[in-house]
Amino acid sequence: MTSFRIKGQGRLRDGRRIAFSFDGNRYHGVEGDTLASALLANGVHLTGRSFKYHRPRGILGAGSEEPNALVEIRRDDARRQPNIRATMQPLYDGLVAESQNRWPSLAFDIGSVNDLAARLLPAGFYYKTFMWPKSFWHKVYEPRIRAAAGLGRAPEEADPDRYANRFEHVDVLVVGGGPAGLAAALTAAENGAGVLLCEESASFGGWLKAESRAMIDGIAAIDWAEQTVARLRAMPNVRLMPRTTAFGYYAQNMVALAEQVTDHLAAPDVTLPRERLWQVRASRVILATGSIERPMVFPDNDRPGIMLAGAGRTYLNHYGVKPGGRVCVFTAHDAAYEAAIDLKRAGVEVPAIIDTREDPGAVARTARAAGIEVLTGYEVFSVRGHKRIRGFRVREICTGHDQRGFDCDALLMSAGFTPSVHLFSQSRGKVVFDPALQAYVPGESAQDCVSVGASAGCFDLAETLASAAAAGRQAAGTDAGEVTRPAVAGTAGWNGGMVGATPAAGPGKFVKAFVDFQNDVTAKDIRLAVAEGFRSIEHIKRFTTNGMATDQGKTSNIHGLGIAADTLQRPMPEVGLTTFRAPFTPVTFGTIAGFAKGELFDPTRRTAIHDSAAAEGAVFEDVGNWKRAWYFPRGRSMHEAVRQECRTVREKGGLFDASTLGKIEVVGPDAAKFLDLIYATPLASLAVGRARYALMLNEAGFIIDDGIVARVGDNRYHVTTTTGGAPRVLNMMEDYRQTEFPELKVWLTSVTEQWAVIAVQGPQARATIAPFIEGADLADEALPHMSVVECRFLGVPCRLFRVSFTGEAGYEVNVPADYGRAVWDALREHGRGLGVEPYGTETMHVLRAEKGYIIVGQETDGTVTPGDAGLSWAVSKKKADFVGKRGLERPDLNAPGRKQLVGLKPKNPLTVLEEGAQIVADPNQSVPMTMIGHVTSSYMSDALGRSFAMALVRDGRALKGSTLYVPMQDQTIAVEVTDPVFFDPEGERLHG
Amino acid sequence: MADIATPPNTGLTAADGTAGLGARSPSALSPLTGRYGGGPGVTLSPLGPRVRISLRAGEPQLGAIEDALGLELPMRPKGVAQAGSLAALWLGPDEWLLIDESGEDAPTDTGAALMQRLSSLEDQTFSAVNVSNRNVGFAVDGRAAEAVLMAGCPQDLRLASFPTGTASRTVVGKAEIVLWRRTETRFEVECWRSFADYLWTFMSEAARAPAV
Repeated sequence: MTSFRIKGQGRLRDGRRIAFSFDGNRYHGVEGDTLASALLANGVHLTGRSFKYHRPRGILGAGSEEPNALVEIRRDDARRQPNIRATMQPLYDGLVAESQNRWPSLAFDIGSVNDLAARLLPAGFYYKTFMWPKSFWHKVYEPRIRAAAGLGRAPEEADPDRYANRFEHVDVLVVGGGPAGLAAALTAAENGAGVLLCEESASFGGWLKAESRAMIDGIAAIDWAEQTVARLRAMPNVRLMPRTTAFGYYAQNMVALAEQVTDHLAAPDVTLPRERLWQVRASRVILATGSIERPMVFPDNDRPGIMLAGAGRTYLNHYGVKPGGRVCVFTAHDAAYEAAIDLKRAGVEVPAIIDTREDPGAVARTARAAGIEVLTGYEVFSVRGHKRIRGFRVREICTGHDQRGFDCDALLMSAGFTPSVHLFSQSRGKVVFDPALQAYVPGESAQDCVSVGASAGCFDLAETLASAAAAGRQAAGTDAGEVTRPAVAGTAGWNGGMVGATPAAGPGKFVKAFVDFQNDVTAKDIRLAVAEGFRSIEHIKRFTTNGMATDQGKTSNIHGLGIAADTLQRPMPEVGLTTFRAPFTPVTFGTIAGFAKGELFDPTRRTAIHDSAAAEGAVFEDVGNWKRAWYFPRGRSMHEAVRQECRTVREKGGLFDASTLGKIEVVGPDAAKFLDLIYATPLASLAVGRARYALMLNEAGFIIDDGIVARVGDNRYHVTTTTGGAPRVLNMMEDYRQTEFPELKVWLTSVTEQWAVIAVQGPQARATIAPFIEGADLADEALPHMSVVECRFLGVPCRLFRVSFTGEAGYEVNVPADYGRAVWDALREHGRGLGVEPYGTETMHVLRAEKGYIIVGQETDGTVTPGDAGLSWAVSKKKADFVGKRGLERPDLNAPGRKQLVGLKPKNPLTVLEEGAQIVADPNQSVPMTMIGHVTSSYMSDALGRSFAMALVRDGRALKGSTLYVPMQDQTIAVEVTDPVFFDPEGERLHG
Repeated sequence: MADIATPPNTGLTAADGTAGLGARSPSALSPLTGRYGGGPGVTLSPLGPRVRISLRAGEPQLGAIEDALGLELPMRPKGVAQAGSLAALWLGPDEWLLIDESGEDAPTDTGAALMQRLSSLEDQTFSAVNVSNRNVGFAVDGRAAEAVLMAGCPQDLRLASFPTGTASRTVVGKAEIVLWRRTETRFEVECWRSFADYLWTFMSEAARAPAV
């Protein structure tokens, strides 16, 4: 196989040989290569098929703007990365790459029939074509279009790699490691600023890598770059980050960077992150993002072997690779001449330079002197070759005559350079049109940032270095000082450029001259959009999809704009400019997710008692971020386990881990006053040592939380909230405390996690806890239902509550969380002898429902008042004010027709209703039926020996004893309306 | 004081007459007990039990409280005042986290002595709540400590912005923490107990490749 690497050429001369494969063929490259340069060194230009027409495509560029050479890099089945730019992928030993968007093979691709049918597939074709019959869209058209569309294949396995995140604060962030970025970073750092310099490619130098003869202060420009990097690397206040793309610029100078940590390595350490997201907050940002070369828009300009001149020059001068054996140039800009001259000097045949300009001036004379034929005022109007360019024909532009043909295997092109203003625009800075450059350049900044070098429209190296150095000094807070221009020689001429299509691809020409290579948009498509009546570039963009591919139109936007402006016969700035959006280049989901996957996706909160329940085989359920023991199977079905747990609690006793209950300590001289305002329930009258069930309403009068308020001191209350409501309730209380009642001397402290809480419930509850208690009298008279005492339990300080959520006599043992496990284990051991067993949340739910106790969020949905829930007794009639008082007085909340909490007994005692099921009065009415309520809780009860449910039913309390119906898909269930308290309605068991 | 009595830790008499079970000295268990972690340039180690009291107070009471504590409460963001084993970390305009490592309390009664000192003040127009068991602490120590914390903490932790001896309530990942810089390379993290496992795992993951 012919090698296109030129001995002694380029800067990878000492590089190690590296083996890799592409589409199953083995090749060799050199350490320091990108996949693209290594493929070119092996003579491979054809790297993929295009999106819509499946045309063969080759490597167009040498950087992140690459629209064509997207490949899949595969390490294993789970590590398949689609749409990797071959131009940005560092080569490593054993790299496996595959082309995309082709079947069965890259060389023979069935999808390329689209290219022949192109006349049937104009821009916007699917807006019109797949309209009939209407029913075909979902079933036929869309699935097929989806199957055929898209680039690359997403991996099907879970991503096994690690990703990391990093927040960083820095004085000066410099984006771009070309000459401007390096110069700015150096002066900023020398003047004492902390500097972060990021560069998307693996090495620094930017376009100096393409230069062959440029000199800065007497040394080769690339050596200047390397020396500057070495100086920066030696400075402790500088962080150099190659392989790091600044992809998003957000408010307050927050810039997001994606760092490739291990993607360039042959055998990455799987314990290290593959990529890391940097969220950098910079005092000042220097944007040195360079420029992007534009292709020439001429017929069949997408044939493999046709590439950007600057890219060709980079491959030659940096990688030592020639793009072909016989290379021509088609240009409207001076810079491409340098590529031709460099190639010629490297011994490559360069038959001709075709320049659309009539008189390019000195560059043409230099090229001719070097022995290259230069045709000025000519254009390429046709290309030979399919999977690789084999030649082209030219003609004089003004006459259309003097047609001539050239043979070649590569054609370099340049229509000039577009300043890379993506990040500046993302920062909300205004871009302005520079008529001389025919480009948009940064105008007024909206944030503390400055653009330097080519991204600011400055293409003169000496000027770039001087202004970047001044910007660096200023960013460090130092006076810009005297701007000394370094001595620069040997740089390319920088005149010319064109925007839009060449005459051969001009109006009325039905040729495929590509503007957007990645989305297969041609000059003709853009004219069609204008002909269809679109005037704004934003509409033209969406109709044609120009600039909407993953490269976001880096090489195509300005050409598209130019063609649209030309067609509309309006100046470019009047046609508008599309928005630049993050990310600048695609960012993996992994990078965005960072650490937040697997067990770090969200905190998992476990109680102090968790491991004990786990050791007993508990099945856990998620409640908010908490894991709560749901039931203890012990080899039984859930149904059987819950039935047995219920029976044990009612007959003997049960232990329940209630640690997740929200707990707030309310302290201060005005604590009572505050609680009286926050809760609807009267609380100021609560004596020390007593507890009360309390309802919290919102301003509208609806129940939003409930809990137990216990007075543990004159100025100190221990308040419990629902598990899920804890943070919300504390926030709401704090909100009212600070904004509504700022005069009250009261403070709130979350003590949810200070206390481990064990509910001990059932006939044996007292006997279970008694041996451990010191300093409290457990007699009913001393510690009746709804009371609290501070004592010691197992020698540990304890807040002992006499409360019940089961209907049984019960206690809640609060001990400091460090001792929760020890206390649980002691209770467990002692309780065993009394027949007392642990129970889970499901049993808790059944037992409380048997008693008609509500669960906020289950019986309530934010539209349930205390009256609706049968809890009017818990609302103060006397208090002058409390949150929700006025809301409750609204007439509609007191009018007939509200849904009220009732009990339901299915006529068939074995039928358990579905929670959420709708209730109707007449099952024979026509659909849609009138729904008068819904089931809120439904269980099978061991104590009742039947199924039962709670429900909210319109005017339900008046319907007790009547029959309602629950229509289900397969049957209609008859139910009897009852009181919601099913078990021990007198409450005798509570008092032991 | 009409508070319900906290009985002395002696005189064992169970209500039902059985004796003995209450006398055992139970063992404490913290979520991070026994763990050790880290990575290149950083170690993670759990902090032992210590007194933590959430103090909320307005201007008029500060003098008496400061006398009782024997230190001047810091009044500026990130401020920390220390006197002997006691430290007061400024968390908000009327909020401090008191941390004490004197070990004067019995292990089961961590925080009792300091709570007692505060509750004996005549003017109780303030709030002191014992949260010694609510919080769990661990140290992040080493030259990579700052970098590891910055993997999850968006606050500016550069030495100039967050010098030695400052503290702040902030976040790491999805969990709230109180961060206290003890030396240039040693930080103490205080978090709620059920978030300790998450934070430890987060820090351990970040410690794999700290990007110092």
